Amino acid sequence: MDILITGLLLGATYSIIAMGLTLQYGVARIMNLANGEMLVAGAFGAFWVFSAQTLSPYASALIVVPGAFVLNWLIYRVLLRPLVRRAKSRGMLEVDTILATFGMSFAFVGIMLLVFGGGYFTYSYLAEPYRIFGSPFGLNRVVASLVAALVCGLLYWGIHGTRTGMAIRAVAVDPAAAALVAIDVPRLSAFSFALGGAVTAAGGIILSTFLTMDASIGVVFTMKALIIVIMGGVGDVRGAIIASLILGLAETAVATLIDPGLTVAAAYLLFVLVLLFRPEGLFGKRSS
Amino acid sequence: MASVLSIGAAWAADPVRFGAVAPKTGPLAAGAAITHWPNIQLWAQQVNERGGLRMKDGSRRKVEIIEYDDRTNPGETIKAVERLATQDKVDFIIAPYSTGLNVAAAPVFAKHGYPQITATSITDKIPELTARYPSIFFALGSTTALAGSVAEILSKLRAEKKIGNRIAMVNVADAFGIELAEASRPIFKKAGFEIIYDRSYPLGTQDLSPIVKGAKASNPDAFVAWSYPPDTFALTEQSRIEGLDVKAYYTAVATAFPAYGAKFGKSVNGHLGAGGVNPDTPEMKAYFAAHQKVTGKPADFWASAVTYASLQVLEQAIEAVGTDRKAVTDYIKKSDFKTVMGPWKFVNQSIDKFWTVGQWQDGVFYGVASTGLPGAKPVITKTGW
Repeated sequence: MDILITGLLLGATYSIIAMGLTLQYGVARIMNLANGEMLVAGAFGAFWVFSAQTLSPYASALIVVPGAFVLNWLIYRVLLRPLVRRAKSRGMLEVDTILATFGMSFAFVGIMLLVFGGGYFTYSYLAEPYRIFGSPFGLNRVVASLVAALVCGLLYWGIHGTRTGMAIRAVAVDPAAAALVAIDVPRLSAFSFALGGAVTAAGGIILSTFLTMDASIGVVFTMKALIIVIMGGVGDVRGAIIASLILGLAETAVATLIDPGLTVAAAYLLFVLVLLFRPEGLFGKRSS
Repeated sequence: MASVLSIGAAWAADPVRFGAVAPKTGPLAAGAAITHWPNIQLWAQQVNERGGLRMKDGSRRKVEIIEYDDRTNPGETIKAVERLATQDKVDFIIAPYSTGLNVAAAPVFAKHGYPQITATSITDKIPELTARYPSIFFALGSTTALAGSVAEILSKLRAEKKIGNRIAMVNVADAFGIELAEASRPIFKKAGFEIIYDRSYPLGTQDLSPIVKGAKASNPDAFVAWSYPPDTFALTEQSRIEGLDVKAYYTAVATAFPAYGAKFGKSVNGHLGAGGVNPDTPEMKAYFAAHQKVTGKPADFWASAVTYASLQVLEQAIEAVGTDRKAVTDYIKKSDFKTVMGPWKFVNQSIDKFWTVGQWQDGVFYGVASTGLPGAKPVITKTGW
């Protein structure tokens, strides 16, 4: 039971890490390696609001999330649009954006170092035990998981229950065909990229309530997000959520039953297995 | 006329140029931003405010620092040290940050004959390294001494009937954690302790609750974690949530950081950790105040002052014998120094009196065990969270 709950809590936090990248990679076709830095920027925003304004870190979402949306929209319009225009094929776009966002990630780290300094950022928020079936769990983690679940739920509904969402799915499946049915592909791609950035920054706020961050930790989250997105199937919100939960449960089970030293190995083993047997991801469509 | 010229020359004396290589990005950047870089800033500022280094011939020379970011990558550290020595042709190079990066750069320092006074490396390889590299110096201590002191503190508490025999031990699966876990296993056994829970976790683990749950389930008297900064914070928070109630609670690196005390407040009273200082000496009081004033942030309670002291050693040696690197190295080997850490003398190129264990007591992280330093506070037991 402990394993189940701890694993679900961990999985929920993983899902929020991966959700932004799913949108950015799946729909806007930008393999954003600066994704983790956006997350850290969100976390720093929360830290600042909590320590300087003594408000709940979740209150920072009011500024951070719209701010991240606008910033990512600008990044897409100014930095990435030229690459999208130039790209002759999807493969070429991926290579170009990987290089461009890899460079961006360094620039972000540098800017954050300049603004916030290089130290550790950590604060205590709701670090109290909360009992589920008699065993204690961190209240901050429980709240974080609920918020993550809420965000994922909203996104899922947005993508599967609204007209814009349907258009987004159409672009994810086939940008060329989507354009034929009067979907404004460039505008939707920019929107998805910006939305992905905003969700990632929100993830940063959530994680900052229980993780210690520093300016250069972003790459850790980028790696996790990449694994999850590829495991779940590119551009599939549902796949990303399920992959996150599987990863969370597997890591916790291995840590508790076998050895905590093997959690990373377990995560990568799962990743390799998925790649071997379902290279398109758990919910991905087999390309013909 | 000649005297006017020489005064003019003294005024316009070129600065002594120092190279500095350490992480500004990468996994160790945050630790370096707390312990390493602020002290270089503080030292350079203080020396220049005084008018510069007071050279043998009576002239004053300011210090100039050339900084490189090694991105926490040993290859980059080596390249940057090489560059400082051959391209920038600096007079001296301040030792890098952390055990790994210092050891990686040691051959390059030695090749170009630069003294390397390390203030942030802990290793049991000091005899081998000092035998191989005649210009390397160690000031923070050895792995075995660190583990040994923890065993001594626990033995003392056991002798006072405050704790029993059962230790839960965890370590981060990284060079530092592995070396300490391996060094401490036989030491704890020899001291008659029973290690009832012994696990490692990978660096960067996001969820340490399975570890803390496991440790708690083993029902220990003492909890020892050979941990690194992010996991030190995470383990402590998780232990508090799980209610891991032990009388002796030890986490390694970062326990001495002011951010640790700030984050957990009163609940860390009685926590043991690596390092410690004696903050009550007049030198240390002045040092803490200056650190806060010049860098805008507090010094940590372990390697910060050691880093500053290592720069004082360099300063006093240069003032005594000039910028000849061979002469400076020889001077460091056999002279006495006055530092913020008290009097220092290198024995076989290493400082043999250093703090090993500290403890949070009423908001300050005091040294409670050392290899022969005065001013250790008595140990207290931890009482709940």
